[in-house]
Amino acid sequence: MFEQLSGRMSKVFEGLSKGGKLSENDVTEAMREVRLAMLEADVALPVVRSFVSKVKERAIGGEVLEGTSPGQMVAKIVNDALVEALGGAGAVPLDLAANAPVPLLMVGLQGAGKTTTAGKIGLRLGQREHKRVLLASLDVQRPAAQLQLQQLAERAGGLTQGRVKSLPIVVGETPLEIARRAMEAGRREGFDVVVLDTAGRLAIDEPLMAEVGQIRDETNPAETLLVVDGMTGQDAVNTARAFKEQVGISGVVMSRMDGDARGGAALSMKAVTGAPIKFTGSGENLEALEEFHPERVAGRILGLGDIAGLVETA
Amino acid sequence: MAGFFSRLKEGLSRSNAQLSALFSKRLLDDATLEELEDELIAADLGPSVAERIISRFRDTSFGQQVTGEEIRNTLAAEVAKVLQPVAVPFTPDPGRKPHVVLVVGVNGTGKTTTIGKLAHLYREEGKSVMMVAGDTFRAAAVEQLQVWGERAGAEVIAGKPGADAAGLAYDGLKRATEKQTDILLVDTAGRLHNKSALMEELAKIIRVMKKFDPDAPHSVLLVLDATTGQNAIEQVRVFRELVDVTGLVVTKLDGSARGGIVVALAEQFKLPVHLVGVGEKAEDLRPFSAEDYARGLVGSALGEPEE
Ligand SMILES: Nc1nc2c(ncn2[C@@H]2O[C@H](COP(=O)(O)OP(=O)(O)OP(=O)(O)O)[C@@H](O)[C@H]2O)c(=O)[nH]1
Ligand SMILES: Nc1nc2c(ncn2[C@@H]2O[C@H](COP(=O)(O)OP(=O)(O)OP(=O)(O)O)[C@@H](O)[C@H]2O)c(=O)[nH]1
Ligand SMILES: [Mg+2]
Ligand SMILES: [Mg+2]
Repeated sequence: MFEQLSGRMSKVFEGLSKGGKLSENDVTEAMREVRLAMLEADVALPVVRSFVSKVKERAIGGEVLEGTSPGQMVAKIVNDALVEALGGAGAVPLDLAANAPVPLLMVGLQGAGKTTTAGKIGLRLGQREHKRVLLASLDVQRPAAQLQLQQLAERAGGLTQGRVKSLPIVVGETPLEIARRAMEAGRREGFDVVVLDTAGRLAIDEPLMAEVGQIRDETNPAETLLVVDGMTGQDAVNTARAFKEQVGISGVVMSRMDGDARGGAALSMKAVTGAPIKFTGSGENLEALEEFHPERVAGRILGLGDIAGLVETA
Repeated sequence: MAGFFSRLKEGLSRSNAQLSALFSKRLLDDATLEELEDELIAADLGPSVAERIISRFRDTSFGQQVTGEEIRNTLAAEVAKVLQPVAVPFTPDPGRKPHVVLVVGVNGTGKTTTIGKLAHLYREEGKSVMMVAGDTFRAAAVEQLQVWGERAGAEVIAGKPGADAAGLAYDGLKRATEKQTDILLVDTAGRLHNKSALMEELAKIIRVMKKFDPDAPHSVLLVLDATTGQNAIEQVRVFRELVDVTGLVVTKLDGSARGGIVVALAEQFKLPVHLVGVGEKAEDLRPFSAEDYARGLVGSALGEPEE
């Protein structure tokens, strides 16, 4: 499928008329293919629309550089705009500039990968930055959710000389009570970071969205990370908007990017929340967390692998 | 059932504000059709399926002065036509003791929860149910299923962490056969379809069960998350090819995702869609209805008589 798309795109780009400037026709025709490629990659429709119109504006009338074809020129403009829209070059690290214990809140829809990502972040901070990390599950909803985080903490602890631990499970507490107890334990026991893992919730579930707002107010997290499945479709905009408005998001984690989805939800997330994508999940193991690379995801969304390569070969 | 309709309607229609605005009286012209096509795209039908549906819709209604209600009904009927052939109830064979149901899918779609719901359903019907905790990989996956087992009153066959899932499935099948259990539900670890080693493991579970009963598993249910976009097509293609999926379950339809990918799947694969998940509780499982689903997709009120 990648080849097919790539072929389709380069054909359009080849077909563009030669000449000094990019004409409106050239650009419009190429952008139709870009729009389709983005929709097939699950970029949400309103995001596609505004991206396409912005790029059109930028491209029309643009000089075609010496030694390049109009097609190469449009391809480059599209690619650059997409990389920029995804956050530009360079990964944005976690912001842990607060007094210890630094609270970090994980939120998202059911099954998005919050608990696993909490474990991954714990391991990463414990391993690379030698931080002492307390993982606390506020999930009293899903069966065995707290046990799941406890087991992940044991694994991460084993790999970090015990720097990663989980908050002891107390049955019958509310999520807010657990959050308080976690912060207290974090202070008392000298943890650097407390990761608060919450139950999955629907963006339209008002009581549960309000509950996570309360937890945020209580703990004042340095980071509120929205974990989003990399395979998410058009609904990404609804999720992004609801969590941004009702909880406030400082960063996004795209999970399951080890699949073969084109990952257009990443662009939807960035466009709607404005928050940087901080990590991608690349597997089920605790080590499988990577810094976000906009260029890679841009190529994946356009189905081109590496559009820069296309520019060179076109 | 009233609860289901209102919940499904609530979930499916919340993101339909834009669509509703479309449905005042107007001429069905190119601009309107384009808007409708965009709305179908925004519901995850995918650009090409949306185009096909709109072009069929165009053939029946173009150029007419139509009310909003008419547009809704006709478009919903067009979508329902695609879904109708795949709306097949899930009916375990009572002659089999047990009827073996293997549940598969990518990570986090709702496999374990769906098994819990199925166990609840069949226990309510007075049937005996046994479950196999075949996810020996993910943290606390076994304990998660055990909670569902306790809730439903169903025995759970479990091994040690990292145990061989195929061996467990074999043990479960043997035990369920000895006890003449009605339904055996086999949970499996979530796995991405593009990981061949993990897919092979699934094929092995089936091979090993067949040593005991050549007909087992009698059903292989692929669980899809309604929030998933176009990648669901690849999921179905690969799982079907490698493990003979017999039917689909679509979960998380209580959210704002409209699950339009099911229309694309129905067109392409014609696999039965048996059940939908509409919540996290044991009762939140419903048969798949083409009409309700279609109406939910195009934002029409549910429960109205069809014209
Ligand atoms: N392949 C892959 N699987 C992942 C990744 N991240 C998480 N998972 C898997 O996705 C499934 C769900 O992950 P969880 O961490 O339980 O998700 P959650 O958001 O905590 O789920 P709830 O608490 O039920 O809302 C599990 O099977 C994880 O192993 C990833 O990056 N890649
Ligand atoms: N809102 C809603 N949540 C659901 C539904 N079905 C499952 N969930 C939730 O989705 C999350 C993941 O469900 P699981 O049953 O653990 O999914 P799974 O496919 O077994 O996950 P892995 O075994 O990790 O691959 C849990 O939080 C469930 O409560 C549904 O129909 N609606
Ligand atoms: Mg969780
Ligand atoms: Mg499971």
